[in-house]
Amino acid sequence: MIEFGFGISPSSRINLDDFDKEKWNKLVQIEPEILQCISCGSCCASCSGGVFQNVSLRSAILNIRNGKTDSAMELLKGCMLCGKCTMVCPRNINTRNLILSIYKTYSEK
Amino acid sequence: MKKNVLIIGGGPSGLEAATILKKFNYNVILVERSSILGGHLAKWDRLFPYMEPAKETLDVLLSNIDGITIFKDTEVNSINLLDKSYNVILSNGITILADALLITTGFDLFQAEKKEEYGYGIYEKVITSAELEEYFKTLNNNKIDNPKKIGFVHCVGSRDEKAANRACSKVCCATAVKQACEIKEKYPDADVYCFYMDLRMFGRGYEDLYLKAQKDYAIRFIRGRVSEVSEDINKSLVIKAEDTLSSKPIRVTLDLLVLMSGMRPSSGGEKIKKMLNLMTEDDGFFSTKDSIYSLQHSKLAGLFYAGAATGPKTLPDSLHEARSAAIQIHNYLNN
Repeated sequence: MIEFGFGISPSSRINLDDFDKEKWNKLVQIEPEILQCISCGSCCASCSGGVFQNVSLRSAILNIRNGKTDSAMELLKGCMLCGKCTMVCPRNINTRNLILSIYKTYSEK
Repeated sequence: MKKNVLIIGGGPSGLEAATILKKFNYNVILVERSSILGGHLAKWDRLFPYMEPAKETLDVLLSNIDGITIFKDTEVNSINLLDKSYNVILSNGITILADALLITTGFDLFQAEKKEEYGYGIYEKVITSAELEEYFKTLNNNKIDNPKKIGFVHCVGSRDEKAANRACSKVCCATAVKQACEIKEKYPDADVYCFYMDLRMFGRGYEDLYLKAQKDYAIRFIRGRVSEVSEDINKSLVIKAEDTLSSKPIRVTLDLLVLMSGMRPSSGGEKIKKMLNLMTEDDGFFSTKDSIYSLQHSKLAGLFYAGAATGPKTLPDSLHEARSAAIQIHNYLNN
């Protein structure tokens, strides 16, 4: 077939109707503090890893809530579990624990 | 002889000021255009941030009205400024020579149908915050039929030049968070979303309410204004917004959408404004003498304001203003 160079770019729209509630509920059960996040960005601002790599707990939480779990995991890959974000979180979230719990929940396929 | 104080508007501010002025031994006359006292409070179920029943507060206000002359279903037909008093003619034919006037005409709710893109009055499952509050009171609304997915739109008719209102209505954020918790209490299996621009939880206990909404009620807060609402073939509502935190468009199907109507100057207040050529600010609410020290004074001697007539206010703020106005009137009449 001749390639004309046309393509369709995939939609970047978030569709909350497709949200996987089951896994989310599982995560909330072991880590209810995730509900308290106010997306302030303190975790990212204090992140040493985030200076060099694309690490963002704020965006990861948001991505999970928007059903984009793969990109959420991608955003936590560079985390070194140093715990600086735990020290600054204004909502007192145990962020280090949360990152581990997110990994545990969403790496199970 | 006792001096006459006429209060225009029988909402919480009017009632509270009337009670205090009566204790100061004035002849207090209160005019209310509707048939019920208590204004918007009388239509409300519970109050933020501690969920107190609105009726309890209203009952306190109504328990002290003995000795106040109250005209319900009555409007002000004309006001004439005399040398040191106001000659007021009421719609029931009575004329009052008032030594001081207190305007407590409050606010009207923004008419949500003006934001046509949200579909109020077009789609069946779109209601206003006032209607939801009425539902909590009566548990009767055929639009609310075991909803599984519920959305709240903040700032409907507020902070919106397209709705001719640039200002914040101050109480809708806290009301939305309160109502989101309440509807989740009624329907624990439902997913509840709040679409906000930014949350203005400024008062004591408000931030706690927000935390409770997140933690105990699992309300999902989405930062972004709803752009449009449409109806699908099942009569469900399809909401489009931008999740500004992830910079992506977001879409969700809902069974119920609640519009947080903002505060606009009351039509009753507009009438009084024309009669006396009173000043208003860009937001349409009455101008006060200054913006810090003399919030209850107008530019006219003997004419005072209290409550939401001078801009959106919470209920406690309005009550404080009513008490303050009573003292200012007392000072004025004794000078």
